[in-house]
Amino acid sequence: MSGSSMWEAVSGIIRRDLLLAMRRRSDAAMSVFFLVIVASLFPLGVGPEPAVLRTIGPGVLWVAALLACLLSLSRVFTADYLDGVLEQMVLIPQPLAVLVVGKVLAHWLISGLPVVLLSPLLGLQFGLSGESLGVLVMSLLLGTPTLSMIGAIGAALVLGVRGSGLLVALLVLPLYVPILIFGAGAVTSSMAGIGGEANLSLLGACLVLSLFLAPWATAAALRIALE
Amino acid sequence: MLQAVSLRCSRGERRLFTDLNVKVERGTVLAVVGENGSGKTSLLRIFSSLLPPEQGSVLWEEQDIHQLKELYSGQLTYIGHLNGIKDDLTPLENLMSAMSLAGEPCSHDGAKEALEAIGLKRPVHHLPSKVLSQGQKRRVALARLWLSTHPLWLLDEPFTSLDTAATAVVTQRLLTHLQRGGLAVVVTHQEVALPAETVQRLRLTG
Repeated sequence: MSGSSMWEAVSGIIRRDLLLAMRRRSDAAMSVFFLVIVASLFPLGVGPEPAVLRTIGPGVLWVAALLACLLSLSRVFTADYLDGVLEQMVLIPQPLAVLVVGKVLAHWLISGLPVVLLSPLLGLQFGLSGESLGVLVMSLLLGTPTLSMIGAIGAALVLGVRGSGLLVALLVLPLYVPILIFGAGAVTSSMAGIGGEANLSLLGACLVLSLFLAPWATAAALRIALE
Repeated sequence: MLQAVSLRCSRGERRLFTDLNVKVERGTVLAVVGENGSGKTSLLRIFSSLLPPEQGSVLWEEQDIHQLKELYSGQLTYIGHLNGIKDDLTPLENLMSAMSLAGEPCSHDGAKEALEAIGLKRPVHHLPSKVLSQGQKRRVALARLWLSTHPLWLLDEPFTSLDTAATAVVTQRLLTHLQRGGLAVVVTHQEVALPAETVQRLRLTG
């Protein structure tokens, strides 16, 4: 098993998933629209008071990003499970965990990256300043891949189970809590003038930890689902 | 050589088979037959390592497949009863993506030749797979056999949905594989039209 063939398999999975997302743009766009709508509804509901919007902004944007990620989780493995591609993936001559990284990376590129790119625009609706917008982007850049990694474990665990959408939410939402606290905390700290570095470091640590642990847990869950 | 040693398998409360011993030598095919629910697919999945046996072991070249892990996966081509193709991709994209996943990347031309060999004409190569018939989808899945260099083929009902001509083409491909020193396990309800000396039949009674 060589490094190049491992990279070939991972890049093949990413290319295929991106191609599939291009062929089904509506699926990929759903979570982004969800984020935009949720984030836009809050200023309408709470009122136009700038101080209030600035206070709730980081939390609302982070919760919206988290729910948008949750919405797309069911697509990570379900289609591959139903059409038999997952069986082929499990039987390739590479560690399954490495392929899981490819799947999750593709999921993040399709569902997470658009959230990161849109966040400055949404942040403006809440009156966030330039520096806070930068911290918001940075926190989402570190946090959304972690959400995808943790979410993949849940998505794999509920594979083939009836009502899996609700179950996956119940499984992963408690695990998302630290990411939400650190992410929203980073932006709030930056707004308070104490800088968001500490929270961003914690988000970075969570990302590294999830990169090491989540693929193995997901791979084990996928094998169990296929038995 | 593929060998099953004292295999036992249950699904739920039901015992499918117990103390199953079988040996498949290079150049031969094991045709697994039996009634619906007798455990044919379960046996194939045990051979593929997708399903761990309740008891016993599967040996590849006298080594346990669960110890060989990815080294064993690199020796086999598995085509299950699900075709493993994406409806939104074309047959060409599906085949190239499957081969790249299997660690045997193929060229555009190679994939086209494989699809033609199994009777899928060029205009079909660029259609989304969702518009293909069941038989054509099965052909897309089986086209991998023309590109596979792995010695062990595990095929679950390969002839389902295929017409007589395609069945003959796949059987011929199987024979070529055996003549090159490969081996195969085929779960089937149909008679495999191969020389008698190359076919070993295993009937599961459930």
